Amino acid sequence: MAALVLNEEQQMLKDAAKRFLAESAPVSQLRSLRDNRDETGFSRELWQQMVEMGFVGTLIPEEFGGSAFGFTGMGQVFEQAGRNLSASPLLSSAVVGASLLQLAGSAEQRQSMLPAIAEGRLLLALAVDEKPRHAPQHIETVAQERDGGYVLTGNKVFVIDGHVADKLIVAARTHVANDAGQGVSLFLVDPKSEGITLERTIMVDSRNAANVSFDHVKVGSDALLGELDQGYAALDKVLDIANAQLAAELLGISLEAFDRTVTYMQERKQFGVVIGSFQALQHRAAHMFSELELVKSVVLKALVALDENDPEAKALVSLAKAKASEVAELVTNEAIQLHGGMGMTDEFDVGLFIKRARSVQALYGDYRYHADRFARLRGY
Amino acid sequence: MSDLETFRLETRAWLEENCPLSMRTPMTSDDDPCWGGRNFTFKSEDQRLWLERMAERGWTAPDWPKEYGGGGLSQAEHKVLREELARIQARPALSSFGVWMIGPAILKFGSEELKRQHLPPIVRGEIRWCQGYSEPGAGSDLAGLQTRAEDQGDHFIVNGQKIWTSYADKADWMFCLVRTNPEAKKQLGISLVLFDMTTPGVSTRPIKLISGSSPFCESFLDNVRVEKNQVVGEINAGWTIAKYLLTHEREMIGGMGRTAAGQKTLAQQAVDAIGLENGQLADGILRGEVARWGLDARAFELTTERVLDEAKAGQGVGHASAMLKYYGTELNKRRQELLVALRGSEALVWEGEASREGAVPRTWLRSKGNSIEGGTSEVQLNVIARNILGLQ
Repeated sequence: MAALVLNEEQQMLKDAAKRFLAESAPVSQLRSLRDNRDETGFSRELWQQMVEMGFVGTLIPEEFGGSAFGFTGMGQVFEQAGRNLSASPLLSSAVVGASLLQLAGSAEQRQSMLPAIAEGRLLLALAVDEKPRHAPQHIETVAQERDGGYVLTGNKVFVIDGHVADKLIVAARTHVANDAGQGVSLFLVDPKSEGITLERTIMVDSRNAANVSFDHVKVGSDALLGELDQGYAALDKVLDIANAQLAAELLGISLEAFDRTVTYMQERKQFGVVIGSFQALQHRAAHMFSELELVKSVVLKALVALDENDPEAKALVSLAKAKASEVAELVTNEAIQLHGGMGMTDEFDVGLFIKRARSVQALYGDYRYHADRFARLRGY
Repeated sequence: MSDLETFRLETRAWLEENCPLSMRTPMTSDDDPCWGGRNFTFKSEDQRLWLERMAERGWTAPDWPKEYGGGGLSQAEHKVLREELARIQARPALSSFGVWMIGPAILKFGSEELKRQHLPPIVRGEIRWCQGYSEPGAGSDLAGLQTRAEDQGDHFIVNGQKIWTSYADKADWMFCLVRTNPEAKKQLGISLVLFDMTTPGVSTRPIKLISGSSPFCESFLDNVRVEKNQVVGEINAGWTIAKYLLTHEREMIGGMGRTAAGQKTLAQQAVDAIGLENGQLADGILRGEVARWGLDARAFELTTERVLDEAKAGQGVGHASAMLKYYGTELNKRRQELLVALRGSEALVWEGEASREGAVPRTWLRSKGNSIEGGTSEVQLNVIARNILGLQ
């Protein structure tokens, strides 16, 4: 079992991501994408630079043009993306898409798509949820076998980066089963297919999602990703992989919001002294510091556990996402309160952190979802 | 096979042969630990044997140098030993403030003479130590202590009163903070001295706590003679050592948030008390609270692991002990509150055999002191805010 510290390679990746994202994708970039009502929602130029930096291929094997630096490596990029609120399709394409292809894809599918993902040419998006609160076992979208292919009908909501994806990965029911996890299959679907209606949803964090409806959408048999009816295991695994990265992003968001708040407390004067000299506020900051130390530990442990195929990995991912969500909520709320009136203004960045935090918390399960899952996995 | 693997196999075999079976069961009461010392009565022959065998190898202080009776183990070997002890759920052979606190301080700051005099008896469990820090007027403001030590040439004469000295009535020696220079700024005139509790002028009185037990005492020092060679480190430089020891103490108290080997987890106890319905704890609101505690407890455990790993790698922030002490003690208090809530009124039975003489409520009440002793939670938050966050 690896020690809970970064190795040299991971530290270098972290330093590189820190320098690059602070310079090329700072908070001001998100602000300008928002203010210009950018159609894509991220900078294509930035995405290409992220390819060149090797970030996009972090989870892709070298034979397909990636660097195979692993989940802990990718987590360092996500933490820095959290600190800078950097908008990109890194999660949807380079984490979820690339991982699903590796977990379930045929040799041909991997060969044709993984290199394209690593090069940033192919954007994937996962269409899983059908309700506003994450419930991956609740799948009513159906795929019926017909004419050697399948016909898909149903509605998917909050498909991250769905509006820019070149291909959708759709979770659909191919058999009715008692166990909700049974009878689910995954399909690769062209979003331009006949019968698909796609509506971009502008979210509070100025990032991208789409609601997608499927009305008798015909796909060939080669659209199937993985075994028929056996898609849930890969889906469950990829949601763990995604949630570990989201927890790392939440850590970055929380650390940055916290650092900015402490700096503000050292500068802002009231009653003739800096507000950071007030013990009532010092104790709130010190409590947040302690909670953040716990988040650092659970995030790193979840990433390492995935890299090492630790049998406790599922519970550790839920622990990381739950704890990171809980603390992000605490820290971003306190950040606004401790910034006083300035925290309520759009001009200050604090508001952008609370907005992104809540979106990341809700995506693929919030504190409650993962606390419940943690308890189930622990047998209560 | 690596040296470490060989060490593991040898250790496993030795423990198999030498750890008595009755010492491989979880401890069930506060009376179970072996504290050693001149006045200690062993609860069983196995307990005596287990201490003797472990002390013989120096494994009651595994990482101390062999020349002072310790085990001389490297960090990696020490870890293997801990793992192998945990594997068979072995009870600690010795619980000792000597091993945990004053021993490491003597090793780090003490003279060669002090090391040779005090360390071997600590390893063998022959001398039991207590800590004379707090005073009636110096609690959170520890550096404000008033116990005076007057210089008499080759010795000091000490006068004053100490409070919250754990097990002073059972201890053989005290390590004690005294003021050796009343003129200096308060942190600068303090020394750490050692004396035998049988020295004329030393008396103790137990303090009864809300839990009904008396682990702490008041100690009265009335013209107590302390030889100058019993000062640890330099005279008037005791505050540095005191802070070092407080760090140790905080780590120890902070560690109480963890579930000990062989102890039932909170969740298991919740299942026992409330039962499952469709695989879930039958009380939904309690289930949420147990889960929240379970998440925090595992996160805290991983944090102590990470802090250790970072220290080994030469990284990490200083003052981690303040955060661990704060979080660990608050976590333990939450655990005790939940344990009481799970059992309802049954948890509040104070006397009688069925309740093991009120073990649950007494442990619950005792835990309230965790966030006070060794520096209150508020003092820890002050330390974090000032020393780590730079807020002042």
